[in-house]
Amino acid sequence: MIRSAGARLWLPAALVFLAAALLAGVLVGPVHLGAVNVVRGTFAHLFGLHSPLSGADDAILWDLRLPRVILAAIVGGTLAVAGASYQGVFRNPLADPYLLGAAAGAGLGATLVVSYAPASAITKDLLPLAAFAGAGVAVIAAYVLGRSAGATAGSAALVLAGVTITSFFTALQTFVQQQNVDTVQEIYSWLLGRLATSGWRDVGIVLPYAAVAWAVLIAHRRMLDVLAVGDEEAAALGVNVARVRLLVVVAATVATAAAVAVAGLIGFVGIIVPHTIRLLAGGSYRLLLPLSVIVGAGFLVFADVIARTVMAPAELPIGVVTMFFGAPFFAVVLRTSRRTA
Amino acid sequence: MTALALDRVSVSLGGARVVNALSCAVEPGEWLALIGPNGAGKTTALRAIAGLVAYDGAIRVLRDDARAIARKELARRIALVPQVPLIPGAVTVREYVLLGRTPHVGYFASEGRSDHEAVDAALEQLDLAPFARRRLDTLSGGERQRATLARALAQDAPLLLLDEPTAALDMGRQQQVLEIVDRLRANRNLTVVSTMHDLTLAGQYADRLLLLDGGRLVASGVADDVLTRELITEHYGAEVLVVDGAVVPVRPAQ
Repeated sequence: MIRSAGARLWLPAALVFLAAALLAGVLVGPVHLGAVNVVRGTFAHLFGLHSPLSGADDAILWDLRLPRVILAAIVGGTLAVAGASYQGVFRNPLADPYLLGAAAGAGLGATLVVSYAPASAITKDLLPLAAFAGAGVAVIAAYVLGRSAGATAGSAALVLAGVTITSFFTALQTFVQQQNVDTVQEIYSWLLGRLATSGWRDVGIVLPYAAVAWAVLIAHRRMLDVLAVGDEEAAALGVNVARVRLLVVVAATVATAAAVAVAGLIGFVGIIVPHTIRLLAGGSYRLLLPLSVIVGAGFLVFADVIARTVMAPAELPIGVVTMFFGAPFFAVVLRTSRRTA
Repeated sequence: MTALALDRVSVSLGGARVVNALSCAVEPGEWLALIGPNGAGKTTALRAIAGLVAYDGAIRVLRDDARAIARKELARRIALVPQVPLIPGAVTVREYVLLGRTPHVGYFASEGRSDHEAVDAALEQLDLAPFARRRLDTLSGGERQRATLARALAQDAPLLLLDEPTAALDMGRQQQVLEIVDRLRANRNLTVVSTMHDLTLAGQYADRLLLLDGGRLVASGVADDVLTRELITEHYGAEVLVVDGAVVPVRPAQ
């Protein structure tokens, strides 16, 4: 069990943050629904009761706002916990879920579909699949390449392989994009991340992967603490380092690929959220991983609220919001924590 | 029953034979020091014993062939304190010492009460209780050394391997740490194998010394037999005097 004083303080605080984000997510929008009605309407749907909202308002809540907010929460939680896990297994503070080429691979897959697949109806179904497959292919290629350098080369070889694969796939993606200039707009909007969704389909796509990955990663929280002392010392403590690294990388990558497939490339969440938690609540992965899921979820829901409102009725790409508002916030956290530490 | 036995153990790294047909036996409760010049193969020998590097020959740990012991079980029998431990960022001393319990906890399980008690005992024995909630990376070199030693103690292994336990410490801290190790050895009946740079300290604390040079065992025995002017001059290429067990360097005659 998590028994530290930090857990007693930070877990409830994170849950309050998430609840506030979710509530803001469903309340903010052109149509006013009211906080009490939103909560009662949600429970009505969950338990098959009568909703207090009118038909149109109920549809706005259940078919538009809630799916989008839940999708943002799942994607945010996934990117944050995947980032924290990558930072753990690679002992690299700059590692993020895209480190092994997931973003570049997904980008290539999506670009191929948008450029070459025919009718838009097929494209819409095909896009998440192609992005998911592209991410998978890229990461597997990076892993095979990294391991071919020899098991003793360790995590550094894997990171370099990821950089190599990322460059190669990005080059391919740019090339395809240049050949099909008419699709640039659509590809670009996907690359910057988007949570535009109607209904629960996208939530259904990403949730199974995300749930399994969260469970696997959080189950490895103690192992990630051990890996922090280095491969050799971890081995001397009886840990099969290569197996732990593979399991964590697979879980984090599959979940990232699923998140990217439905939401495009949303940058910085996998770095800013875990590091903010580290600076505030300490570096032990026992607390860091569960907190990353909760805070990452809340963070992306808030970012989406900003994306929807700043230039309403137009939407900002959410990837722009996470970076534009995330960077200064992180700068403040970095400065204040250095002063108090 | 011997605690540890090496039978013609050889290790090659990058094509070079770093440890060459090393044989020795260590009795329970004994303190064995591996000495020798830089590159003699001391650290590599320790890593082979801990199962961290492939070797030829055989190593027996508490009667069993080390190759037949699962990694986790080996970690319950052998605790290693590396020369330069990797200090993780932003963890407390207690969290760090708790890592020593890893071989005793199931893969997906969490530490139980006995694990936390073992950590408390280790912190207590190394006078680290007041530091338990401090961040590890805010500690001094000597305090970190004690934290790593506490982690090894929490591991609760009968065999303790120390790689240059005093390398980063001043004279007073060196003595302190070695006294602590000696006290723990007595209290917990630990068997200690350590590499030592400082020959005088090696002679003062270890029961027996093994002198390695070029991966080979060139001399072994009690301090008086191994720390001789002839052996040290031959293998270290140093001009020394040995006075009452103290090895004193002297400037070569011009």
